[in-house]
Amino acid sequence: MSKKFDIFDILVGKPGDTDYGNKPVIIQGITGNFGSVHTRLMREYGTNIVAGVTPNKGGQTFEGIPVFDSLKDANKNFGAKISGIFVPAPFFLSAVKDAVNNGIKLLVAIPEHVPVRDAMEALEYAQTNGAKIIGPNTPGVIVPSVNKIGIMPSQPFTKGSTAVFSRSGTLMYEVSYHLSRQGIGQQIALGIGGDPINGTNLIEAFELIGDRDEVESVVVVGEIGGDAEESLVQYIEKTGFSKPVVAYVAGRSAPKEKRMGHAGAIVYGNYGSAESKISSYSKVNIPVAKRPAEVPSILLKLMK
Amino acid sequence: MKLLEYQGKELFTEHDIAVPKSYLARNQSELNQIADKLQFPVVLKSQLTVGGRGKAGAILKCMKLEDLAPKFTELLNKEVKGELPKVILIEEAVNIDKELYLSLFLNRGKRSYSIISSAQGGMDIESVENKVIQDISITGLTQSDAENIAKKLNLDGVTAKSFSNIVIKLAKLVREKEAELAEINPLAILKDGTCLALDSKIIIDDNSLFRHPELRKYVQISELQEQAEKSGFSFVELDGNIAIIGNGAGLVMSTLDIVTDAGGKPGAFLDFGGGATTETIYKALEVISKLSKIKAILVNLFGGIVRTDLVAQAILNAYQDGMITVPIYARISGAESEKSKKMLSNSNAKLYDTVEEAISSLVQYKELSK
Repeated sequence: MSKKFDIFDILVGKPGDTDYGNKPVIIQGITGNFGSVHTRLMREYGTNIVAGVTPNKGGQTFEGIPVFDSLKDANKNFGAKISGIFVPAPFFLSAVKDAVNNGIKLLVAIPEHVPVRDAMEALEYAQTNGAKIIGPNTPGVIVPSVNKIGIMPSQPFTKGSTAVFSRSGTLMYEVSYHLSRQGIGQQIALGIGGDPINGTNLIEAFELIGDRDEVESVVVVGEIGGDAEESLVQYIEKTGFSKPVVAYVAGRSAPKEKRMGHAGAIVYGNYGSAESKISSYSKVNIPVAKRPAEVPSILLKLMK
Repeated sequence: MKLLEYQGKELFTEHDIAVPKSYLARNQSELNQIADKLQFPVVLKSQLTVGGRGKAGAILKCMKLEDLAPKFTELLNKEVKGELPKVILIEEAVNIDKELYLSLFLNRGKRSYSIISSAQGGMDIESVENKVIQDISITGLTQSDAENIAKKLNLDGVTAKSFSNIVIKLAKLVREKEAELAEINPLAILKDGTCLALDSKIIIDDNSLFRHPELRKYVQISELQEQAEKSGFSFVELDGNIAIIGNGAGLVMSTLDIVTDAGGKPGAFLDFGGGATTETIYKALEVISKLSKIKAILVNLFGGIVRTDLVAQAILNAYQDGMITVPIYARISGAESEKSKKMLSNSNAKLYDTVEEAISSLVQYKELSK
């Protein structure tokens, strides 16, 4: 994307906006099991959910939230730029098109098991139309004490000045939990997603916070599979990214050619191996924690 | 889903990519039925998902009929990296002039497909030299794109034409079957200059299988795997004797690493996904209970969000039903943890606040090193 994508402007806004800290969000798949449970939890956390979409259920309401057949109908009055996608994987692509065509600029894509071909087409569609996808197969994004769009529990997160980017959902919670316990809060925590193709990859996540002063450090939680960490290191080298970074890589002991739970967590030869990622990090002197619980102490040392 | 060689070659044939004449045999009687049709010499190839068959002696050349049965039996009984074949592919040998390497794969970082080709085939891709790597559009690959790749490999005449046709057909296969990888290694150049696929390695995007009923016949998972998947779990069997269960793939992988660092040997990876209810934990334990090699179970649940008494109840039920007898070391922090500890105080399970504590007492369990 040529124009800089300001995720904080979209998620939080600027002081003076009438909806500062209260940006409207639409949930696609709001009446499903998953969508409904998490709509409730997101609202409890403070997310301003203004409408939901479920085809053929237009006209209903969910706990007072109006439900529409399509995002086109839903967004007529709200001007929302954020959607949380909770539809089953086979409907993902059409949900993305519906959102992108109707004013949504940030799509948080929760579903697991989206075919790669659909994910690629969705990303291309979003990109061509100036929208950004987080995920698919992501726990979502949280700006602690403002709002969350996703399925993450609230408890591990506290407001602060680090950014957590994670390819794994539970490890995002786990690491944030350890950070919070050591008094290190998060400015943002964002799940890259466990699939082979990610709408927002690690490099793009770094670009989101690169010149934001409020973010003083970054924690990158990676895992085996692909070359996202290796590419990130090249990016850090090239741009001279200067905020302190601590990394963690899960799957050092995983066997090759076995999919370890996530569609993207698989090693072929040396491609995607933990050793390759850890040795890349060491090239740019980024410390790699051996355990999630080690992350805070390493970060505190760097921040001194 | 990684296809077996013969399955990949079936897809090649469907897409008009030439392969050697071949037969399949599962047992002696199937072998007898084809024996007199064979033109010797032939090559017997064990059909395995693991790599390195050549080095492991799982591919045998057979010059005459008398040697066929013994070699066939040898391969059927030869285990490679813990895997036994169910079927042997028997191919007529061909006269090869030269071997090439060709693969098309999903380039995750670039979010596109890339092609790798080399004038040196037959080796591991990492050791292949003079690779030509370029991004291609699997939907818009043109004849001239393919011809350019042939040119870069210094191919000409009949070979250049045959090769570029195969590139186009392979791209079509990748697109239609939604493959993450389609590799031909080696791609043989025959004496007449045409190309022939001697091997196949195809990996299909599992998440796309719902719209590929024609590929379902290739799905081969163990009964246990099937049971796990039906419950929505991710399950991988490993070599050791400690089962590791948790809520989240990354968390379970991370636990695997910490156990290995502490000297333990993981024997199973099980991610039961989001909801830690009494029922899901019980079902996860049920899957593990079918693996007789497991001597201890480590449960690692992300802290803070789990009603620990629900987990304790599942563990208690599993013991009371006699389903599980081995000790369980569980890291469960969250609501009701004092109550849970009390519930399990007379059982073979212990609860810990951190995963490090759970693992350090787990690895001291004496039965593990017997």
